[in-house]
Amino acid sequence: MTEQSPRHRMTISDEVAIDIRNMNKWYGSFHVLRDIDLTVHKGERIVIAGPSGSGKSTLIRCINRLEEHQSGHIVVDGVELTSDIKNIDKVRSEVGMVFQHFNLFPHLTVLENCTLAPIWVRNVPRRQAEATARRFLEKVKIPEQADKYPGQLSGGQQQRVAIARSLCMQPKIMLFDEPTSALDPEMIKEVLDTMIELAEEGMTMICVTHEMGFAQAVANRVIFMDQGQIVEQNAPREFFNSPQSERTKLFLSQILGH
Amino acid sequence: MSDTHAQTVPFVRDTMLPAAPPPDRQAGAVRWLRENLFSGPVNTVLTILGALIVWFLFVTFWDWFAHSVWNASSLSECREIIAATWGEGARGACFAVIRERWNQYIFGFYPPDLYWRPTMTFGLLMVALAPVLFGASLLIRRVVLAVTAVVTLGAMIVLGVPAGWLAFTALVLGFGLYASERNIAWLLPFSVIYPLLGVWFLWGGTLWGPIFVLVAPVLGWLAWRLLAGRAPMLGAVAAGVVTVLFWLFLAGDAASDAQGLIPLAIEPVRSDRFGGFLLSLTIGVAGIALSLPLGIVLALARQSDMFLIKSLAVIFIEFIRGVPLIALLFVASLLLNYFLPPGTSFDIILRVIIMVTIFAAAYMAEVIRGGLAALPKGQYEAADALGLDYWKAQRLIVLPQALKISIPGIVSTFIGMFKDTTLVTFVGLYDPLKSMSDAVRANIAWKGIYWEPFIFVGAIFFLICFGMSRYSMYLERRLQRDHR
Repeated sequence: MTEQSPRHRMTISDEVAIDIRNMNKWYGSFHVLRDIDLTVHKGERIVIAGPSGSGKSTLIRCINRLEEHQSGHIVVDGVELTSDIKNIDKVRSEVGMVFQHFNLFPHLTVLENCTLAPIWVRNVPRRQAEATARRFLEKVKIPEQADKYPGQLSGGQQQRVAIARSLCMQPKIMLFDEPTSALDPEMIKEVLDTMIELAEEGMTMICVTHEMGFAQAVANRVIFMDQGQIVEQNAPREFFNSPQSERTKLFLSQILGH
Repeated sequence: MSDTHAQTVPFVRDTMLPAAPPPDRQAGAVRWLRENLFSGPVNTVLTILGALIVWFLFVTFWDWFAHSVWNASSLSECREIIAATWGEGARGACFAVIRERWNQYIFGFYPPDLYWRPTMTFGLLMVALAPVLFGASLLIRRVVLAVTAVVTLGAMIVLGVPAGWLAFTALVLGFGLYASERNIAWLLPFSVIYPLLGVWFLWGGTLWGPIFVLVAPVLGWLAWRLLAGRAPMLGAVAAGVVTVLFWLFLAGDAASDAQGLIPLAIEPVRSDRFGGFLLSLTIGVAGIALSLPLGIVLALARQSDMFLIKSLAVIFIEFIRGVPLIALLFVASLLLNYFLPPGTSFDIILRVIIMVTIFAAAYMAEVIRGGLAALPKGQYEAADALGLDYWKAQRLIVLPQALKISIPGIVSTFIGMFKDTTLVTFVGLYDPLKSMSDAVRANIAWKGIYWEPFIFVGAIFFLICFGMSRYSMYLERRLQRDHR
């Protein structure tokens, strides 16, 4: 992790990137998300923490409608998510997502993984898409792996390819769903470094993660969720040093205690 | 840490020992025998027992093969030759029936002076398949196409082909070889029009028929283009309706009118002249080519969120799988005409192809559904998250992987279907196994000959099915990406 927080270089604009109002979601009769209100401005780096089953992943999966919400409003980059399939595809092409298990396409090379969506969704010419892809692979520091298949890469490399694949769509917002949870300890750092670099460039990011060091270094806001509700949100310094609710204190003592 | 270490420890290795070679594999025939055949008392007993059974089978059938007669004009003549050569009471096969009637086993009752036409059709089939099946391997392509060229042209010359058609075939085969060396994709347009060309070569008649059959989907595509922008579903339905209506009501008249204006015809051959392996391969190849796409559509429909589409797919698949193929073939030969508009006469082979296709497609759909189910949910989510719409996600992400997983099952279905083509005997077509052999035995000279035709037909079926099986294994190896 970088010694000095580079937070001063990251500017947050007044423009709203994501606006969630009074959103509720149920799995059958199970109430997973309760009355979520969340406004994310352009350039914000938000870390969502909380115990497992608290609805963190479900929340960010609602933002690109991998999960459907049943009441309330979600507006992403000025487009409201409804059952209108055109709006959904529009939002998805503007919002990148990185998964816990990478979800690279194993039958395509690394380069093809990265150029697929630009070519087929954005209609970028192949040559240009490949140039962009190579640039982003360079950025995540694995340009030499472009012609390999995902199965030939390590977990950390695969996750960096997944980040590059999302970046190739030039997204306005990036969602990270526990990006380091499936990685061996020595590979976590290489992925986090990539994410920090991305944050320094001003990308709007929402990360579900248990990496509290990352939260302290990069986030401008930490959100704590429990039982489907946003319990507490604050700047990282305040969040870690003076948590307000008992639930947050307990959680922090458990994950920072070791 | 390392600094102190270097000072306190008198010796620090700075070069590593070279890697030791792996131990000898201790291969060798004796070792292999000991490990695989005689590793213990049970294994030894089983090995000896197995060897005895093989020896017994060999001894029983060897005489029969060794005494086989290839040159005779009737079964009784065969028996006389065997008795004269090997003594009274000796057994021997009478493969002379194959030598004399091979043409019927291959071509059925196809006019002998037109045998070159199915031969040409088969040769060009290989050219059409090359970019589809062997697109990745220049070596295999080269071998397949070169052997095809030599065999096809040689056979056509022997069978007596008009010079013009020989030149045409040589030209296409030559272009196939050239394209295979330069860019195999050049052959794809030929692969697309080949089905219609093949139909025309086999059945003959006017070339305008296939041309107008081809016009219908083009009109359907235009209808889709007009409507797709506003209502994709409606567009797809309209395209289907336009295509089918054109085929049913307009294509026939248009073809005969065009034939009146510009005659482009070769000698027609009726469907009841088809038989033997020509019939099996025609039905088999058509069934294989049609049942795969239909099976994919059915599998996707069964996975669909839309209730109506899903229900229709489930009903279709379960109904077709629950009914014996022979029942469907009877439907094809007797009942299908009742469902069609009056006046449309539907060729019997075409009807059988349709039934065989939907039968295989129902099985195919379930095999592919297995492949779809084996894909991790994350693949769908990643495709969604990148903004790919349903069809693009299916085409680019889901199906390539699901079909690869399903290759063994798909090829098994193909093989089963190809062997099932012999069941057309029940609707009066001359399949090579039953009807053709019956037809041969109907001649007093070959009355009572059973084993030899079965062995001959069985051997050819085995070669083709074994070829398919090997191809599927090659394909699996070629598509392997996980480097386990």
